Amino acid sequence: MADLPNTPLLDELEKGPWPSFVKEIKMAAKRNPMGADLLGQLEQSYREKIGHWKHGGIVGVFGYGGGVIGRYSDLPEKYPNISHFHTMRINQPAGWFYTSEALRKICDIWEKRGSGLTNMHGSTGDIILLGTKTDELEPVFSDLQKIDFDIGGSGSDLRTPSCCCGMARCEWACYDTMALTYDLTMHYQDELHRPAFPYKFKFKMSGCPNDCVASIARSDMSIIGNWRDEIQIDQDAVGEYADKGMDIQSDVISNCPGKCMEWDGKELHIDNSYCVHCMHCINVMSKALRPGKDRGATILIGSKAPIIEGAFLSSVLFPFIKIESPYDKIKDTVDKIWDIWSEEGKNRERVGEFIQRVGLGNFLDAIEVEPVAEMVAHPRENPYVFYEEFYEEDDGEEEEEG
Amino acid sequence: MAKPVEEVADAMFNMVKDAQGMKKLKPMDLTKAMIEFFGDEVDKKLCKLAIRELIESGRCVYTYFGGSFIELPHREGAAND
Repeated sequence: MADLPNTPLLDELEKGPWPSFVKEIKMAAKRNPMGADLLGQLEQSYREKIGHWKHGGIVGVFGYGGGVIGRYSDLPEKYPNISHFHTMRINQPAGWFYTSEALRKICDIWEKRGSGLTNMHGSTGDIILLGTKTDELEPVFSDLQKIDFDIGGSGSDLRTPSCCCGMARCEWACYDTMALTYDLTMHYQDELHRPAFPYKFKFKMSGCPNDCVASIARSDMSIIGNWRDEIQIDQDAVGEYADKGMDIQSDVISNCPGKCMEWDGKELHIDNSYCVHCMHCINVMSKALRPGKDRGATILIGSKAPIIEGAFLSSVLFPFIKIESPYDKIKDTVDKIWDIWSEEGKNRERVGEFIQRVGLGNFLDAIEVEPVAEMVAHPRENPYVFYEEFYEEDDGEEEEEG
Repeated sequence: MAKPVEEVADAMFNMVKDAQGMKKLKPMDLTKAMIEFFGDEVDKKLCKLAIRELIESGRCVYTYFGGSFIELPHREGAAND
């Protein structure tokens, strides 16, 4: 076992009842010298308030353009074991379901060929394997393929699609998120491994409007389960909630953003035409209320975290579509979006930024989607729909009058 | 008549070679240039195959510097030997 460096600042992060990454790195350091050097460099960074990582831009596995993020220490003489410390993103199974045997195999590979440190899971959804040398990248890739795992996305490509656990565990799931995620992952292998876009593109699939994977904030295309008929109500179960002391007026009715519910002390009434599908009432009275029976998804586009522009939330592209294999409507739309964005998008411009630059009206024209009222994010602020025939007439009259 | 993939890959390789060290080219830059150069004899699908041929033959590699590019294999500046 390598001697651990003196790390008074990092040691502070071990205090308290919560999990600590410092504790984990110290455990890994017992088996791998990379851990000790990692602690040393990190302590130095904390002390100096300077990062000591250099970003690599070339390392990868043969034929692929994504999945490996190059990292080098800028203090290689002092910390030789982390001179190379590349990250590998591994495509996770849809819904993050593993057998313990599969997890052990991944860990065995990483303890043999890397630092042994993992991040389960990264914010991308992938299995993150932290820290290996350039010479070990191809052997890791080869070992992973033998146990049926593949590298995920990074750079200007399709990032590894991810989803909530959907119908596997959740009764609110309005479509099979895992089936769609698997299908899109397999269908778009080329786009996942061979970067061809102006910048990254992410799919995230949520089974219901609770949006447990936060797809509306984190993915270029958010596919969020939804229903288009009426919320199912079990009035007896509503009564039971009331009998057991729930203040339905205060806890449910008053919190409804659509103001579409009424409670007369005996029966709950919902005007579904005003329901905004926020899921609040269903979450609060889960035995009494359920999503409707006519289920599918709302597809939204354009969210991103702030890099070039500020943070965006996705906005509606299709208010409701049925999600059924082979998902042709989704794939046709995605292909058209990628086509126009790849051709006209600027370097490092996410699709949401592209839409904002060219205007949603022009974007919809290009992907051959008709505008609908649900696309308007803020009434009277988003003039997405132009009535060109009237616009031209008025324009002509104004010119004549002028 | 469509151009052979190898011929398009060769033209792309020359473009990457000429730009090396001066301009980083993205796959779409190569595709647009090939369509402009060869006209109707190439399309995006053929260019995609040509890029794959370039990478899988080892003549070019994908690189990442804020975005993904196609370049000649070279030692990167950040690397520790």
